[in-house]
Amino acid sequence: MGTQAMHIANGIVNAPISALFAAIALIGLAFCVVRSRADLDDRLAPMAGLVAAFIFAVQMLNFQVLPGVSGHLLGGALAAMLVGPWVGALCVTTVLVIQCLLFADGGLTALGLNVTNMALIGTAAGYLIIVVLLRVLPKTPLGLGITTFVASVLSVVVASQGFVLEYWLGGTTTMSISTIAVALAGAHLLIGVGEGIIAATTVITVAKVRPDLVYGLRALRARTASRVSTPVAAGAA
Amino acid sequence: MNRRPGWFLAGGLLVALVLAGVVSNFASSSPDGLDAAARQGCTFDAAGHITGGTCMAQQEQQHQLKDGPLANYGIKGVDNPYLSNGLAGVAGVVITFGLGVGVFWLVRRRGARTGPRGDA
Repeated sequence: MGTQAMHIANGIVNAPISALFAAIALIGLAFCVVRSRADLDDRLAPMAGLVAAFIFAVQMLNFQVLPGVSGHLLGGALAAMLVGPWVGALCVTTVLVIQCLLFADGGLTALGLNVTNMALIGTAAGYLIIVVLLRVLPKTPLGLGITTFVASVLSVVVASQGFVLEYWLGGTTTMSISTIAVALAGAHLLIGVGEGIIAATTVITVAKVRPDLVYGLRALRARTASRVSTPVAAGAA
Repeated sequence: MNRRPGWFLAGGLLVALVLAGVVSNFASSSPDGLDAAARQGCTFDAAGHITGGTCMAQQEQQHQLKDGPLANYGIKGVDNPYLSNGLAGVAGVVITFGLGVGVFWLVRRRGARTGPRGDA
């Protein structure tokens, strides 16, 4: 009972590689801030705050995936579906920064590693899969649900391999990297299924109550209708 | 359909508060996928300290902010573990929402009429 620490702690990856990924995270976030302005209007700003708060809450809900092993939602695919990739990455980052600074979860020196894996890699992978799947699947609540499920599963596994890359570059033990990669991919495949169920349920609910608030639906529908490629122009079309 | 965003936000926040404040007390307390992999290969004593073996968590260091008032998802000074975890969760949701809305409000486009609502 109670909530576990759940992100990369201090000292797992060495200082130079942690610093390198802090720099990568900062550059990535700066890019997200610039790109997110096109999506962020008076109405999306409070919705994005809600998505961040919701991800914080659901990250506290560790579910059992194997005996002695639990998992929790990372939220990248969910955020990308609801508020778009740029704002979505910033939502996950907000959660990670608060968890690190206030809840002592995820090391301070490891913050760049955690942001890179969960906010940048996780959201990017989730969004790419969403874009591909919504070209083929129907844009109904069920279609969105299936899309979110698949995007969540794959984005969690890809995000876990971000850690493998970081550990390969700067791990503080001489353990076999392939063993770590396989162990993490396996556990995160199961975690991804749990995340997919939670994220798909959330997206289906929002799509039924307020379809206009689902970014994936809004941006892609407008795009196919008017053949313009930016969400700004799509909104005006 | 109710188009007012206020109701949706209030409903969503309420769900988040219940999940973080109440449901989180029933979450699994096993280490998560990453932590479990990090501990694999080492042996631990009852207090969770490494007693031998080789594992990724060997060089793990304590968090710089481990003594903060909300550290490890508990309120410092609240002895009941359910209350402590629940209140920390509620505080986290409120702070995340506040910071999130604040940051996104500052970053947003001002006076834009190009949103899906502006053209309705």
